[in-house]
Amino acid sequence: MIMKRRWQRLAQAGLAAGALSLSALANAADTIKVGVLHSLSGTMAISESTLKDTVLMLVEEQNKKGGLLGKKLEPVVVDPASNWPLFAEKARELISKEKVDVIFGCWTSVSRKSVLPVVEELNGLLFYPVQYEGEESSKNVFYTGAAPNQQAIPAVDYLIDDLGAERFVLAGTDYVYPRTTNKILEAYLKSKGVADEDIMINYTPFGHSDWQSIVSRIKEFGSQGKKTAVVSTINGDANVPFYKELGNQGIDAADIPVVAFSVGEQELSGVDTGPLVGHLAAWNYFQSVYTDENNSFIKQWHDYIGDNKRVTNDPMEATYIGFNMWAKAVEKAKSTDTDKVADAMIGISTANLTGGTAVMNKNHHLSKPVLIGEIQDDGQFAVVWQTDGLVAGDAWSDFLPGSKDLIADWTKPINCGNYNSKTKTCGGQAAQ
Amino acid sequence: MLRVFALALALLCLTSVAQAESPATEPTTDIEEVLQQLRSRSFDDKAAAIDALAHSGHPRADALLKALQDRRLLLDRANDRIVLGERADGGWQLHDPLSEADLGTVESRAAAPITINNRLRRQIENLQAVVGLNNPDATLRRAAAISLIGTKDPDLLAALRERRAREDNTSVAAAIDTTLNTAALYSEDSDLNARLNAIEALSGSLEPTVRNALRSRLDSDAPSERKAVETALKRIDARTARYQTADTLFFGLSLGSVLLLAAIGLAITFGVMGVINMAHGELIMLGAYTTFVVQQIFPQGHEWSLLVAIPAAFLISGFVGVLIERFVIRYLYGRPLETLLATFGISLILQQAVRVIFSPLNRSVVTPEWMSGAWQINPVFSLTFNRLYIIAFALTVFLGLLLVLKKTRLGLQVRAVSQNRQTARGLGIRSDRINALTFGLGSGIAGVAGVALAQLTNVGPNLGQAYIIDSFMVVVFGGVGNLWGTLTAAFSLGIANKLLEPVSGAVLAKIFVLVFIILFIQRKPRGLFPQRGRAAEE
Repeated sequence: MIMKRRWQRLAQAGLAAGALSLSALANAADTIKVGVLHSLSGTMAISESTLKDTVLMLVEEQNKKGGLLGKKLEPVVVDPASNWPLFAEKARELISKEKVDVIFGCWTSVSRKSVLPVVEELNGLLFYPVQYEGEESSKNVFYTGAAPNQQAIPAVDYLIDDLGAERFVLAGTDYVYPRTTNKILEAYLKSKGVADEDIMINYTPFGHSDWQSIVSRIKEFGSQGKKTAVVSTINGDANVPFYKELGNQGIDAADIPVVAFSVGEQELSGVDTGPLVGHLAAWNYFQSVYTDENNSFIKQWHDYIGDNKRVTNDPMEATYIGFNMWAKAVEKAKSTDTDKVADAMIGISTANLTGGTAVMNKNHHLSKPVLIGEIQDDGQFAVVWQTDGLVAGDAWSDFLPGSKDLIADWTKPINCGNYNSKTKTCGGQAAQ
Repeated sequence: MLRVFALALALLCLTSVAQAESPATEPTTDIEEVLQQLRSRSFDDKAAAIDALAHSGHPRADALLKALQDRRLLLDRANDRIVLGERADGGWQLHDPLSEADLGTVESRAAAPITINNRLRRQIENLQAVVGLNNPDATLRRAAAISLIGTKDPDLLAALRERRAREDNTSVAAAIDTTLNTAALYSEDSDLNARLNAIEALSGSLEPTVRNALRSRLDSDAPSERKAVETALKRIDARTARYQTADTLFFGLSLGSVLLLAAIGLAITFGVMGVINMAHGELIMLGAYTTFVVQQIFPQGHEWSLLVAIPAAFLISGFVGVLIERFVIRYLYGRPLETLLATFGISLILQQAVRVIFSPLNRSVVTPEWMSGAWQINPVFSLTFNRLYIIAFALTVFLGLLLVLKKTRLGLQVRAVSQNRQTARGLGIRSDRINALTFGLGSGIAGVAGVALAQLTNVGPNLGQAYIIDSFMVVVFGGVGNLWGTLTAAFSLGIANKLLEPVSGAVLAKIFVLVFIILFIQRKPRGLFPQRGRAAEE
């Protein structure tokens, strides 16, 4: 009797163990792993945690459609905690230990720069969903956010052509994205005939909260008789006190409009936007755009997150486009192998949320439309201008002396991220 | 002949038909058309439509323009028509634009406001300014006149002259004079004497538009006019410079008051008790979140909810402070390094707790009406209300704390324990309880500071980190253990920062101040106002 029971138990245990290892095996073979490398704690959590949720939502939806290549997708989420070196470590962990097939991640340029050598060394695949300063193109990275010519340059054109601006304040947070963007803009403005004394450049530290004297200087700069506009690359948290101060000092958008490149629906959700109505932002996406794709995306987001008040924003659209393009490329390549997918990516097109299609170019940047919106009292943007067609992302700016002649082309025969079209060599000097 | 007759008959018929139709339907069809034109994608078309609407004389024209300006004129997508709408719990309550008849409710994305841009907004404002010139309210009349400074539009100028003749309020009359005089500068056909008079009259004005108008006459052909303009500009610049100095001082005071608020709680926990509390910033953050929660509890009470938030924040942060003292710090007295690490850990725990409870997104705290905007003393000098209130609030908190420490029994015991624990215990003071209460007091004041800072900056998990370094800087610079030192240090650092900022930029100004403090501490390690006596010997 006792013997029998013991045997039974053993057999059960064995069966269970077998089943377990089988399912583990099945898991390993039958899922495609999607790495998510966005900060869930620390300063950048405010922006990045939304993108983590976006990727998870897209993965869930893809799985409902049956996954990819007959396999389910399995998300692997890590938290690099807004700590730049940790981004590199976590990327290494995702690729070498978790064996993910693709990574969606990073927000700040410095985190991307920290991950870059790791994905290149381990031949991983990174989708980067945020507008950035350009001057980069890697074989292993796809840039689905805007390059400067897809955001900054059209915005300045709008200020000059439609609003008649003649003086410009370039205000930014003191780090690589604003500094490079402002360098490009300064060169661009000068090429448009704007005089030196009509450009004021101002940098502030991260998280700057005391804007009184800067706003009052902008006010003075703008009261000299020429139409003045502010081009803001102020990042993240510092925007709220900046806009509050603008409102309190009575700077009206009709007098001195501020066009921002880092302020979207999410940043405004922490602000009372009443006094800000009419200030501008340039993006490739606004939540207020009325298309069927966007309406169903917003509905899907609200259902997923369980909160009708959560907003959508441009980096979410960039994540959406990147994810869909990756899924299409995997199906086209019939494999998740990095090189095959990267080859298949070029030329892939997928629907934008704002209508039309986005196309992945040879330089790993997108062609997409550029929109300019005015802030409304409900924290949303109303589109006041948009480009006629698609604008192709330019990895190397035409307005910087060091990168004028550089192009990126990841197809044969060039196959190079910084190809100098004058000297016909790869690895030309990178712009600083 | 017959043909002529037939033609005449046909014409007659046509006109009679038109006559019969026009009185009843013309205004409505007209306004319908205008409303349809507002749907155009082109802002030029919309501008034309706005002009047509303003000049249509339709009884609803003003109301519709106002609705357009306030984004209450919507496109009803399902029925493809223009309607009026109000936001009603997540959707829109629709009304007919002409009859205001109720058209039911739709969900949020089923209708969208007609988009207007800055140009159109300005256009509507100008249309309203003309109406505003005849408003019974004198402040509105004055604002309308000032908003028209720099205009060259003959119709508007005629309206201004007409109003000037009837105006009996002196300040409104002065504003209209400025506007008319500025227009005189721009007009080419006015004679020299008239322009000289205008320049003379304008020479005291601080309006930027006036200054630009004067500058445009610097290249005048008449030497007497050039000279008059130069003198006028010199006077204006001198006055502007004086006000700018005042402005900078105010900015400095205001930054100083923020520093004081952030540091004053630390002056107790670090200054008096000697605990290096790295979680001080997070106690401020808790106060800011309390403000947010109080506003959520009283959604209608934005105007007065701050008055509830102040004591609530004091209690909550104070309570958390007591908990920290009871469960962590009291085991670590006399071991500064361990205290530093432990409180740093607590700060991370509190941050992440807030991220879990409130999400990592910033929360929006509404600024009450009485704290928004600025006290416009003149066109180049204004004091923002929120800053004024915060300066006053910081000083009140400071004096209150001083009173508690100097005049109450608790204050006496706190000072006794911090000066010499053994003797104080010998005299029958329960030093344990006093430690907890002191720490709670310091933490509570940090919470109160959070209520004020919520009005200035982001209410998010990182709020505390932004202030912790500044707080320590102020306390160390002022002299550990000396409240007056904290006050002096806060205001002098604030003013120094603001004086440096225009010269060196915000980034360098911060660095200079930090370098200065490091050098200063090398020379005077005990700060501005070192504590003397036995306590200082430890």
